[in-house]
Amino acid sequence: MFEKETLEKINVNKQKFNEKLSKLKEKRPERQPEFVTDSGIEINTVYTPEDIAQLDYDNDLGFPGGYPFTRGVQPNMYRGRLWTMRQYAGFGTAEETNKRFRYLLEQGQTGLSVAFDLPTQIGYDSDDPLSMGEVGKVGVAIDSLLDMETLFDQIPLDKVSTSMTINSPAAILLAMYIAVAEKQGVKQEQLKGTIQNDIIKEYIARGTYIFPPEHSMRLITDVFAYCAKYVPNWNTISISGYHIREAGSTAVQEVAFTLADGIAYVQAAIDAGLDVDAFAPRLSFFFNAHLNFFEEIAKFRAARRLWAKIMKERFGAKDPRSMMLRFHTQTAGCTLTAQQPDVNIMRVAFQALSAVLGGTQSLHTNSRDEALALPSESSVLIALRTQQVIGYEIGVADTVDPLAGSYFVEKLTDEIERMALEYIKKIDDLGGAPKAINFMQREIQNSAYKYQQDIESGKKIVIGVNKFQLKTERPKDLLKVDPEVGKRQEAKLAKLRAERDNEKVQKILQQIKEAAATDDNLMPYFIEAVKNYATLGEICGVLRGVFGEYQQQIVF
Amino acid sequence: MSEKPIRVLVAKPGLDGHDRGAKVIAQALRDAGMEVIYTGLRQTPDQIVGAALQEDVDVVALSCLSGAHMYLFPAVVEGLRKQNAGDILVLGGGIIPDEDIPELKEKGIVEIFTPGTSTTEVINYIRQKIGRS
Repeated sequence: MFEKETLEKINVNKQKFNEKLSKLKEKRPERQPEFVTDSGIEINTVYTPEDIAQLDYDNDLGFPGGYPFTRGVQPNMYRGRLWTMRQYAGFGTAEETNKRFRYLLEQGQTGLSVAFDLPTQIGYDSDDPLSMGEVGKVGVAIDSLLDMETLFDQIPLDKVSTSMTINSPAAILLAMYIAVAEKQGVKQEQLKGTIQNDIIKEYIARGTYIFPPEHSMRLITDVFAYCAKYVPNWNTISISGYHIREAGSTAVQEVAFTLADGIAYVQAAIDAGLDVDAFAPRLSFFFNAHLNFFEEIAKFRAARRLWAKIMKERFGAKDPRSMMLRFHTQTAGCTLTAQQPDVNIMRVAFQALSAVLGGTQSLHTNSRDEALALPSESSVLIALRTQQVIGYEIGVADTVDPLAGSYFVEKLTDEIERMALEYIKKIDDLGGAPKAINFMQREIQNSAYKYQQDIESGKKIVIGVNKFQLKTERPKDLLKVDPEVGKRQEAKLAKLRAERDNEKVQKILQQIKEAAATDDNLMPYFIEAVKNYATLGEICGVLRGVFGEYQQQIVF
Repeated sequence: MSEKPIRVLVAKPGLDGHDRGAKVIAQALRDAGMEVIYTGLRQTPDQIVGAALQEDVDVVALSCLSGAHMYLFPAVVEGLRKQNAGDILVLGGGIIPDEDIPELKEKGIVEIFTPGTSTTEVINYIRQKIGRS
């Protein structure tokens, strides 16, 4: 990007600068022996054009909305429309969560994001013995279409976009969403939203798997194929680095493992006979916004560039939309502290700012009290207001990719891309992401352990935990999930099973069992089943019978 | 004279998939010289009791971040007592609200470690309670 003469002159001056710097450091040592990012990238005192001398503007950066999308996926980004402000929410029953949704929409939230409880995520009904103690705890309990109807009561599904954090049984929850929409008079072609549907990271880092990889991948490609035909505006997967990072990975590992998972999904769909440009435009991603501010911004930019190259060069995509990495961001839950919880508001604000400067399409800001419990209504409001301040008050949304050209940010972007690519090659050598699960787990665990050791040695400072501690009272207004929610769901299920057409339900479940053993797309069967109030646990039970269950290998 | 190392079962009861904390604790205890067995995810209280007996451990360290601790933790203590293994030290960790701690202690979970606890604290606590290192 720079003339040879300019670079030579800078080089001469830099040598002089370094001499001066050495003398200064002899007199006054710096406040720490080394400065490194979370991924172990060494940070220099100062960056100059020399650090980005290799950068080719057209090929490496280009213009926003164009290949390789380093600068963003739309030409004018937030000048056209701000990111979608989408708070992940759900607890207790569908009634309670519906109330929270409507509150958030009234406060200016622009999209919904459903948190399901663990029994729902793992395909057990609320009255299953394995659901004991878990019903309604980390999200809303959904057993059948009945609950889903209540969840979206008075929320027009043709107007709002909905993201659902659901993986193993994603196809079935999508079927329920389509069925609720139909009852509201909304056609499936009109629906906008996302299902997470990313099973590989469940095996790696999040843990809500049900079926073995091969069968899980089939469910995923069934959704790709069905949506390409009938639900064209739906994001069929949200390939997630968020949970990989929460499990302890570095920023580089987050990019690398997420894109490696992405490669596996694209390959699986191509192997299932789909044309890459028929499904790839609907792939979406989900990243974490952690504490190391500039590394995070560079991470988002590097991920976009790397994915664009992979789609174009490796998979031969032709449609630019297939090359666009569109992503949701959530601030890093693992950085929240139980000590002095109000300080979390500041952490979240900086993390959210990094996501915006990195060009996110939607954002969830965590609430200050989430190291203690699910967030209270007042905490969620501050979290949402934080996004609104960033969007409306501080001017950062007024130009596209404002940190482009920063010697430091561009250098970090390059480094993250280079290091992530090395990991991806390694995973390719192991036979791709589904075969490299243990490898990735081990890498993540090593990073998590190092992170903890750095906190305990004081190398890494956590305000309120290992520095500036205060004895403070825990906040009093924490959200408490009603302990009776399990019993209420059980009662609802008993009533449902008594009142529905059980003969029909049995017939459809039998059809699912037969179809699961063939290559038939299962989506139409799921839609038929949920419309007749077959429960999630019943449908997953049938699939467990045909597919078997995933057995975790313990890596420790 | 070399004494028998402390044996610890680190366990994840219930459906919760958050095992970063459990694994970090497991690794730290092992680096501190203890013998550590990690159960992996999705263990029922009965499975944890069975593993504790089979592995003849001194300590069961339970980790739960899903909010199901009030059901799952006491169920493990109860199960151990039924098998005449009530002398095994049961510890808990995770997202546990302060107000739940007295009841958990009453039900036999000897100590609860909440977010921000250092691994050194846990190591020292176990050594002191078991009376050897």
